This record gives sequence, C-alpha cells and structure tokens, in this order.
Amino acid sequence: MAKITFPVEATHIKMFARALFDENPVYHDAGAPGGIIAPPTFPQAVAQFDPEYHLRPKPGQPWFGSAKTPSGVDKPSSMGGLHAEQHFEYHRHPRPGDVLTVETKVGKTWEKESKRAGKLTFRERISEYRDQKGELVVTARGISVTTERPVDQG
Amino acid sequence: MTLKAGSLKVGDKHTERVASNLSRTQIVMYAGASGDYNTLHSDEIYTTKVAGYPSVFAHGMLTMGLTGKALTNFVGNGTLTKFGVRFTNQVWPGDSLDTTITVADIREEGGQKLADLTLSTVNQDGKEVMTGNATTRIDP
Repeated sequence: MAKITFPVEATHIKMFARALFDENPVYHDAGAPGGIIAPPTFPQAVAQFDPEYHLRPKPGQPWFGSAKTPSGVDKPSSMGGLHAEQHFEYHRHPRPGDVLTVETKVGKTWEKESKRAGKLTFRERISEYRDQKGELVVTARGISVTTERPVDQG
Repeated sequence: MTLKAGSLKVGDKHTERVASNLSRTQIVMYAGASGDYNTLHSDEIYTTKVAGYPSVFAHGMLTMGLTGKALTNFVGNGTLTKFGVRFTNQVWPGDSLDTTITVADIREEGGQKLADLTLSTVNQDGKEVMTGNATTRIDP
C-alpha cells in the first residue's frame, strides 16, 4: 500500500475536537500548558489525505450515496463494511508542525458466523505513523467487518 | 492534570456523559473532520432504502473519540500509551452515551508508573456500545 504523508495542523485538530464536543483547551489554545496536541483518535483522520480513499466522493466518479435515486451505483456494496475494533499505541502524541508518514499493511483475515448478521468477514490493517525524523509516533491496528446482511437490532 | 500513583487505587471509577441526544449534525461534523464520508453515517435515504438500516448511525470512531474525551478528562493530556476498543452495538441519532473508566491495575515498567484502565460506553438503555482498555503514564 502506498505511503501517505500529511501535515498535522492546528485548524484540523480544532475541527476534529469540535466534532467530539471536546472543549479541552489543549486542542485549540496555543497558550495551553505544553501547547496544542492531537486528540487520541486523531490519527484516523489520515483518511483526509489518502487520494484513493474509497469513502470520499470524487469528481467524475459514481458515488454509492443518494442523489436522484437512493443509490448512485447499480449494485451497492457495503463499501468496506463496519468498524469492529480499533487499537492505538502512542509512542508520543502528535502536535501541529509534525509531518507524519503512514504506512499501512494488510494483516489477518478471518470469518465467523453470527446470529445477528450472518457470515462475518474480519479484515485487519496495521498502520505505522512516523514523524519527519523517521521516528515511530503511533501504531494503529484496525479491524473491519463485512456482514452478510444488515445487523439485526433485536 | 496528571494522575498520581499515590492517590489512585485499583477499582477507582470515573463516569462521564459523553453524548446527549446525539444529533445527525454532530455525526456529519465528525464525517467532515475525520474524512470518513461513508453514507451509512450521513445519508438517511441510502441507509434506510438501500442498506436496510432503520436510520443513519454514528461512526464507530465517533464513539471512540467521545470515549477518548472522558479518558483524557480523567487521566490528563498526552499521557496515554495505549487505547484500544471493540464496537459492540451501533450508536443512533438521539442516543445519549455514558463512559465508565475503571482502574484495573497500577504497575511500573522501566521506572515509569503506569495505570491500566478498562473502558465501557453504554447508551441510555444501558446497552454497551463499546468496550475497551487503555494504559496511561502516571506520576509517582
């Protein structure tokens, strides 16, 4: 998988914390003790910088969401499925001015039978975030699940 | 604020309401900030008519982020060394979420005091939507 390099910016951190209704000054006030840092789940926002990210509509390409019709594609797939697990290991916490390079490797794949959603297929991805000096900042391990049918809410 | 080993003991708990009557707009705010525009989180028509769910629902990562807010409010800023979760049930518009953090262990590794924490986030019906654990550095 291609490496993605992105700048950690104060404005992005502020918007991210705002979406969590997190008013902690360390996410928006440069005068906060120790200065601004990124919230713990911020590394996930690397999606913004992936030119091929499949969950962002792109000019001139069909999009699976609604417009004139309920879906813009003939056979909508679950587009990667649901998020089952997420794990972060922090070597330090990113801050504005960092330039992170993320390398993602595909991990294990396994299946499980579920009463609520039929056959489940789990896929693991491991991402390493390194800074401008090549030092490891964050390791992330995500597990997505594709379900055979929508999850029963009963 | 950083937790101190001297004033912390195994079994200590911190509970915090991290979402009240979660709005579709907040879910859209999270989509915009994170870059995850999966229509299951923002497009009611697609999600109900094509995907077969009763309504749009929150990103798992929004629930993890909200839980992270309770976590940093409890342990302080920039002290986490690990944070991992499993999403067990979906979170819907209108849900209110409460996170409970429990101190599971206090230990030392390479001269650094650490606390292991277990995490549970439940909705207004007491149904667990996310479970997890975290490790934080603490002062002696």
